[in-house]
Amino acid sequence: MLRHLRNVFWLGTKEVRSFLSDFTLVALMIWSFSFSIISMAQNTAQEVHNAAIAIADEDHSQLSQAMAHAFLPPYFKPAQMIAAKDIDRLLDLARYTFIIDIPPHFQRDVEAGRVPAVQVNVDATAALQAGVGAGYVQDILMDEIRRHVTRGEQVPADAVTLAVHLSFNPNAAPGWFMSIMGIINNINMLAIILAGAAVIREREHGTMDHLLTMPLSPVEIASAKVLANGFVISVATTISLYAVVRGLLAIPIAGSIPLFLCGVMLYLFFASAVGLFLATVARSMPQLGLLFMLVFMPMQMLSGGNTPIESEPAWLQVVMQGVASTHFVSFAQAILYRGAGFSLVWPDFLAVAGFGAVFFALAVWRFRKVSAVAVG
Amino acid sequence: MTDAVATARDVWHRYGPRIALRGVSLTLHRGGMAGLIGPDGVGKSTLLGILAGAKRIQDGRVEVLGGDLGSARHRGLICPRIAYMPQGLGRNLYPDLSVAENITFFASLFGQGARERQRRMDELLAATGLAPFADRAARNLSGGMRQKLGLCCALIHDPDLLILDEPTTGVDPLARRQFWDLVDRLRAERPAMSVIVATAYMDEAERFEHLIAMHDGAILGSGTPAALRRDTGCDTLEESFIAMLPPVARAGRVRPDIPPRGDGSHEVAISAHGLTRRFGDFLAVDDVSFSIERGEIFGFLGSNGCGKTTTMKMLTGLLPPTAGQALLFGQEMDAAGMAMRFRVGYMSQSFSLYTELTVQQNLLLHARLYQLPEDRAHRRVDALVATFSLRDHLHVRAAALPLGIRQRLSLAVAVVHEPELLILDEPTSGVDPLARDRFWALLGDLSRRRDVTIFVSTHFMNEAARCDRVALMHAGRVLATGSPADLARQWNAATLEEAFIACLEAAGGERPAAEAPVLAAPVVAREPQHRWFSPRRMFAYTRRETLELLRDHIRLGFAVLGMALLFLVFGFGVNLDVNTVPFAVLDRDRTPESRAYVQAFSGSAYFAEHRPIASAQALHDRMATGELKLAIEIPPGFGRDVRRGRPAEIGAWIDGAMPFQAETTRGYLQGVHARFLQDLATARGKAATQPATIETRFRYNQSFNSINAMMPGNLALLLAMIPAILMALAVVREKELGSITNLYVTPVTRLEFILGKQLPYVALAMVSFAILVALATLVLGVPLKGSLAALTVGTLVYVFATTCYGLLVSTFSSTQIAALFGTAILTVVPAMQFSGIMSPVSSLTGMGAVMGRLFPMSYYLPISVGTFTKGLGFAELGTTMLELSLFFPALLMLAALLLRKQER
Repeated sequence: MLRHLRNVFWLGTKEVRSFLSDFTLVALMIWSFSFSIISMAQNTAQEVHNAAIAIADEDHSQLSQAMAHAFLPPYFKPAQMIAAKDIDRLLDLARYTFIIDIPPHFQRDVEAGRVPAVQVNVDATAALQAGVGAGYVQDILMDEIRRHVTRGEQVPADAVTLAVHLSFNPNAAPGWFMSIMGIINNINMLAIILAGAAVIREREHGTMDHLLTMPLSPVEIASAKVLANGFVISVATTISLYAVVRGLLAIPIAGSIPLFLCGVMLYLFFASAVGLFLATVARSMPQLGLLFMLVFMPMQMLSGGNTPIESEPAWLQVVMQGVASTHFVSFAQAILYRGAGFSLVWPDFLAVAGFGAVFFALAVWRFRKVSAVAVG
Repeated sequence: MTDAVATARDVWHRYGPRIALRGVSLTLHRGGMAGLIGPDGVGKSTLLGILAGAKRIQDGRVEVLGGDLGSARHRGLICPRIAYMPQGLGRNLYPDLSVAENITFFASLFGQGARERQRRMDELLAATGLAPFADRAARNLSGGMRQKLGLCCALIHDPDLLILDEPTTGVDPLARRQFWDLVDRLRAERPAMSVIVATAYMDEAERFEHLIAMHDGAILGSGTPAALRRDTGCDTLEESFIAMLPPVARAGRVRPDIPPRGDGSHEVAISAHGLTRRFGDFLAVDDVSFSIERGEIFGFLGSNGCGKTTTMKMLTGLLPPTAGQALLFGQEMDAAGMAMRFRVGYMSQSFSLYTELTVQQNLLLHARLYQLPEDRAHRRVDALVATFSLRDHLHVRAAALPLGIRQRLSLAVAVVHEPELLILDEPTSGVDPLARDRFWALLGDLSRRRDVTIFVSTHFMNEAARCDRVALMHAGRVLATGSPADLARQWNAATLEEAFIACLEAAGGERPAAEAPVLAAPVVAREPQHRWFSPRRMFAYTRRETLELLRDHIRLGFAVLGMALLFLVFGFGVNLDVNTVPFAVLDRDRTPESRAYVQAFSGSAYFAEHRPIASAQALHDRMATGELKLAIEIPPGFGRDVRRGRPAEIGAWIDGAMPFQAETTRGYLQGVHARFLQDLATARGKAATQPATIETRFRYNQSFNSINAMMPGNLALLLAMIPAILMALAVVREKELGSITNLYVTPVTRLEFILGKQLPYVALAMVSFAILVALATLVLGVPLKGSLAALTVGTLVYVFATTCYGLLVSTFSSTQIAALFGTAILTVVPAMQFSGIMSPVSSLTGMGAVMGRLFPMSYYLPISVGTFTKGLGFAELGTTMLELSLFFPALLMLAALLLRKQER
């Protein structure tokens, strides 16, 4: 037993040394855990930001003017005035996401209690902006109209008021969400690439044959790679969480970072094993790259990290329960956003460990087989 | 007009800090045959590359065929008169193409018409004996045949100057002899043709009229072989070469005098019985048997690819034999398991150490992995460092070591655990003669003094002659076994090489070349060479790329199936619909009013009710696990307050972790709440009074399914990314495999090269496009409302631009993996941030807006969105298409400018 541990330790040291001397990989790692996270945190794609809005004002009244000026940055760009006949054309060209049509005599009709209608045209092809933004536009318009009608008087309260609290992220700041998701995606990506590339590099340099003729078992070789890569990524994740996310970006983390890191290590076991397995399927670095994209993209897109998993078709949700990254995303969000403790996330931990064991076994089983077939 | 075909004066060449050529000057005479001799890494290939015009001249002056080679114009004029075969077996050939397809490709590059080409191809194939194999893929040819094919491709355009870089390295001796006979016949027929050859085999150099010996980037001496021998007073060229070396290099010379083997033990160390190994249809090793005694040096002699490595891998247990048995010390490798591995040392063909570790780190790592205790490991490493003279290099990274020292280190590593048996696979290929001698001296010492059994493979005859016994191997079979002297006697030959040749001929050997003249007639009429653009040359590349792509199932599969898979994944995965928000209620009231309130939610299609929440703690926990996205708390007394018309307050908690989901949920929540209030008011007979109504019309996508909005974006993203990646890979692949040389030395222009390679990928992208549109309409259920024709034309214009984008990335990546990820990142980032997939282009400001303007996807997205969801056609999208079409010429010119026509 001690002999195995010694072997794994010395092989692992070698892996870490190899990694540190590969300038490209080190640069990729630093970039993805620092600048990439920062840029994702500042990405505003998921909120209504700078939305282009235009107004076809056929009323030219005090009220319609007030309505036009109610749209403020950073949510909206200043509203542009257009002619009513241009509405369709401008929407076709996607110049504006929202075009508001205020009919003639609007103010007069409002004041006379004739309940006129304002038309809001939303370009529903503008993915995220359209849905959430349409609600904003309605609220802003209605507020403006009410203010005009009541002239600032107190409006009677509703019979039942609704106090809405946003748990875990009171301001719904996308930066919180994006930066943590960035770390999760990076862990996923790097673990697979590093472990896979480490195997392919050994094969291309002929050192894999060398290792296999030595008194080492495939389990030792594979474990060393998993542990070494896991170690490097864990260190990067820790630094990134404390220094970049908490320090630089000042994003509060709800739960226990050590608990999360334990989970990360479990997940790294799984992802590195997947990398090893892919490396036994691919015959060269470019093939590994292509395979990686086909495996990583679905894992990233479908495991609930980017978009809610509840939105997927039911059958796909069932399928995704069989992929470890779904459980990883689930416990990562639970711990980091919602402060969940171990008592709440252990089923996900267990699932990740289970999948990791399966892939590790597969990778070890393929190891010898593949090295045999690679003709020298 | 002198009779010099090529002259070089004071040529220097550097690769970074390393100097490859130090002021080389030479003259080649018309009709002559000159040989460059010297080991690997002395600058032979660099010099030949410069003479061929493949490498840029850094310093010095080179004139070839009557003009300055530094001038691009002159290179353009004379390159049809030069033929260049780079080093490496068939490095400039295309392994997936057949013999005939390879020749056709080269002929087209030199502007030959179909009839002319056919006639010359028939002649060359007949002369080289390749005619029966015209349809065989180049990758399945033996080394010798591959070199003959290389020669055919080089001769197809009837050159005046033939440049051959180590054409026979690793080829079996019979094929080597045939190759040189062919070259001799060729020269007899075309006395005006000049030939310059580089070789690492000294014995081969005897054939050349004029020899130029090189060492460390400089010329040591030149003259006829006889003159060189006479001047140095040596018997062989190898000895003369060593004698010409500067004294510093000669210091520490070791003569590998291996004493004859005593009549030691006859214990059998290795025995093989009927070893056979198949790879699919290919029989790599066929019924090989031999036995090796303890302490013996046993040589395995044969060409590249004859099965030496495979046999060795079976002996080390790396590869299970298909049939037969290999025994080490009387035991099967597998059965003996770990214990046996301590008794065997293995040195594989390629340098197989960790190049990123230092000499000491490599040695210690292996000592530890062989379970040497820490103090013994250090002592053993010290001893090895002394024996193998590695002291000066202890802390140098293996990558920085010269080849000869690396080989010594490899051997040191292989013996770190004092094995009884050493298996060495071509340990000395590419090493200079002095280093080789030292290496063999070490082997002799191990065998004779320590009784280590050594099993070594080689393709050098003089090395094989040093073994106690050798096995001659060819095409997977052992032809003969015996001591070198016995073998020579047995086959009535003076040397081992002649014995091998006789043996090969007896075994049927390679096909003897027909005695037909090589070139019955010179090229009749060269077609006028179009200097700038020739459709023939461009289509030669198109045809070749198409054939290769169709035969590479991985790339083809990725392009078509991978793209379809990703499209579906994106289609299902990038779903921004918030449909069934899981919610539960903590009802502290339990009255008809509170139940009515909950009913308003559970009746809505947007919410899915989970079992009620028991306590505040449960509310927190169930939200923390992510089970609930919305929790509603109804306070005690809610029903009473509502009945009495007193203001009541309900608490709602939304999971804010995923902001857009939270915002959308909040919108739904408020909608349901408002309806509840309205119902309440109606029930009390008080109609709600709104001053105005707001009609929100979701244009183009009334149902507001996000798939309708996202799908055109996914289409645009995939059509940008995948064709660009494949295109970048296609160019960088040529760089990695070496066939890029054909761009350097043939008349093909950069524009022809780029366009020719681009066309198949554009076609492939259009096929993928058709599949994606089918998937979009049939599987994802997004109807195409606008004009299919407009979408198709727009897509065609778009993929021309995106493939060019890939070309642009390929000009500054040197490895395929860098090209792959580089292209992916450089496409996805601007695509996601600046092209309107996530936030509309109209929302961009500042730099983002500029970046968006400069990325083709910003122009294609309105086309795909417009045709799919907005029902538009040419009339509305014409301007956008025109703007999009400007990208292709602009990116093409940029890529052509950045692509180098010469190697640095």
